[in-house]
Amino acid sequence: MFKTGQWIPGIIMSELLQKDGKHLLLGNEAIVRGLLEAGTGFASTYPGTPSSEIGNILEGISADAGMYFEFSTNEKVAMETSAAAASSGLRSFVFMKHVGLNVAADPMMTLAYSGVTGGMLILSADDPSAHSSQNEQDNRYYSLLGLLPMVEPSTPAEAKDMVLEAYAISEETTLPVIYRTTTRVNHARGVVEFGDRTEPKSKGHFNKDVVRFVNIPAHARINRKRLLELYAKAKELSEESPLNFVDGSGDVGIITSGVSYTYVKEFVKGASILKLGFTNPLPEKKIADFVRGKKQIIVVEELEPFLEDQVLRICAQNSINVPVYGKRSGHLPYAWEFNPNTLEGISDLVDVARFRESMPASQVKLPSRPPTLCAGCPHRGMYAATKKAVGGRDVIYCSDIGCYTLGVAPPFQAADFIICMGGGAGAAGGFAQATDQQPIAFMGDSTFFHAGIPPMVNALFNNHKIVMVILDNRTTAMTGHQPNPGTGREFGGIKTEPLDIEKLVRGVGVKFVKTVNPYDVPGATKVMKEALEFDGVAVVISKCPCPLELKKHKMLETKRCEVDQDKCIQCHICLKTIACPALVKRDDRVEVDPTQCIGCGMCGSVCPRGAIEVRR
Amino acid sequence: MKYTIQIVGVGGQGVLMASMVLGTAAMNAGYNVAMSEVHGMAQRGGSVLSTVRFGDNVISPLEATGSADLIMGFEPAETVRNLPLGNRDSSVLMNLDPVLPSMVAAGFESYPDIDALVASVKKVNANLVTIDATKLAMEAGKAVAANAVMIGAVAAMKDFPLKKEDLLEALKSKVPEKFLDLNVRAFELGFKTVKN
Repeated sequence: MFKTGQWIPGIIMSELLQKDGKHLLLGNEAIVRGLLEAGTGFASTYPGTPSSEIGNILEGISADAGMYFEFSTNEKVAMETSAAAASSGLRSFVFMKHVGLNVAADPMMTLAYSGVTGGMLILSADDPSAHSSQNEQDNRYYSLLGLLPMVEPSTPAEAKDMVLEAYAISEETTLPVIYRTTTRVNHARGVVEFGDRTEPKSKGHFNKDVVRFVNIPAHARINRKRLLELYAKAKELSEESPLNFVDGSGDVGIITSGVSYTYVKEFVKGASILKLGFTNPLPEKKIADFVRGKKQIIVVEELEPFLEDQVLRICAQNSINVPVYGKRSGHLPYAWEFNPNTLEGISDLVDVARFRESMPASQVKLPSRPPTLCAGCPHRGMYAATKKAVGGRDVIYCSDIGCYTLGVAPPFQAADFIICMGGGAGAAGGFAQATDQQPIAFMGDSTFFHAGIPPMVNALFNNHKIVMVILDNRTTAMTGHQPNPGTGREFGGIKTEPLDIEKLVRGVGVKFVKTVNPYDVPGATKVMKEALEFDGVAVVISKCPCPLELKKHKMLETKRCEVDQDKCIQCHICLKTIACPALVKRDDRVEVDPTQCIGCGMCGSVCPRGAIEVRR
Repeated sequence: MKYTIQIVGVGGQGVLMASMVLGTAAMNAGYNVAMSEVHGMAQRGGSVLSTVRFGDNVISPLEATGSADLIMGFEPAETVRNLPLGNRDSSVLMNLDPVLPSMVAAGFESYPDIDALVASVKKVNANLVTIDATKLAMEAGKAVAANAVMIGAVAAMKDFPLKKEDLLEALKSKVPEKFLDLNVRAFELGFKTVKN
């Protein structure tokens, strides 16, 4: 677990607790500082990049800051706990990646009807270009769908300040506010000037109000009208908000928001920019006034034409006949994040900086370098065992969201279907019924608690013959090693016992439940064979801590594998089945890279000649 | 004045740490700073890129392709892969010590000759500076200090706008106490090697 003062890439956490000064902060760090200055009393999340660092930092400093913080089992629960806090008069903050908001959308949509009594922010960290995501959905539409105010910062400095502005909007309207970021705001770094911290209120009181907080149909109809009135009030706030401002002059107008503003600001000359920070509801009068009299309008925004379509509608309603360019006109792309070069698409409309001509790409053939499972990663062993047990069977590998998506690469190629958290197990049930192929679902321990239990129960309930492999590496690894219910909690002065996955699985009635050690590949193979033969739901738990997590806590024993070259017959089975990055092939010899090897012995367990030994 | 550094390398090489040091030195020198980093999935042994921009009216965290003033390559193949980030006038600093990708280590792909990589940079750029950063770091005490060697090397490069003292101060403020001496030694070795 992180401690205050511990170094994580880029920052000493205690720096965020300092009184004042200028600091070079990551967007996510700036957001945390904003929470401290706003006096946020309650925060919750389920980890997801690009928002993950916020949780890692709060794990370290929330207690010192007087704030309650939790990693919830999933985004829906995180939304509910923060909703309760904000309904009790606290300032609460729930944060997640964009796809997490799909999970949390159910409580959010009706929470909008009840509203909150303290301020509440819902951070959605979108990921244009899908740097670490399965899609690049544009969550700004959730603000229209839920009729919730929304703000969008452009830089780390704005990210801090907007936390305070967004709480003010939330408290003025009594509505939760969507605080929408993108990767290039969360993971941008810039100079941030600290303001004063506010002592958080950590206990409130829930004042019952049955019409407002109990959305039975009769009340929901009343609250629906109430929400529309509050939304109208939010629109007035947006009209007056300093977050929406005009910068520069000229007869070409550019309307932009988020990180796109930084590209326009720095690389476009001679245009008047309407910079929108309060992006739902839009300041319609301000937009109409800005557009009127301009020669042309360009809307610069990533992903969908969220602003552009509304600008077109505002022009139509106000009978303003100005050409509006952007995505609909084909000048700017829908797919992938923007960068300064994207502006070349509008260079026939406005003065865009001329960029230098690149050096040509080299003709030398370069090796590929995709992200890969780490040396000694236990997932390697479980994939090797599964492949061996499957043999010639016609199986469908239903995988999930986590490090193990990397199992899609050779030599494992153990991912045929990935959609969302917990989705692999759900789909496995469907494949079992809809095909004669045999589905195998992989999911991590954190994913199991997040969304893996309902599909497991579903398979039992509907008699789907599936094999579920829970890759229990005792942490939420991919997002930066956050605790989960399977590890127990030990931070912020709260200590809880780990939940036992095997007991839980048995408890719901699964008849075939076995725990294996993935470093013992033959042993795990034997169990996987039994699971594949089992007539019903079979659950195999591959239990082995993530070596990176152990390293972080200085709990990794110092061991190294060594290849006995006299015994080695150069069959390369170790390379072909485990493909550990610590195994190096030099001509036909297999050697171990001692700087990478952790001495797990997984490669030795598949060696037919026992030529690889673990040395202490 | 505006200056953009594109730092390229492999997850785990300390690219983020180096970018933090460069950004801090620029901030302390009074410049506006805008940076962009890669976190998350790409860090699992994949290629990483960090952008450090500073100067007057700098606000964008990304730079246009071709417009880098300096490509700081922590790994030879990654340096060559990312040449299009710069132009023929850009400075290029290249660590010559390779990190083998997993598919190369397992024998499924091959790693090009270092000489061929150096030649391919020289063909399009006259400002290449090469350094054995990992070897120098081991000389200083530990391979992990290669990023400090690289920062020291940058400090000695022609026309680099940040001062050596500012970089060294920033480095000292960012490394854990117990590795301070190691990092300072590595920084000085990097500086000296390029200066000569």
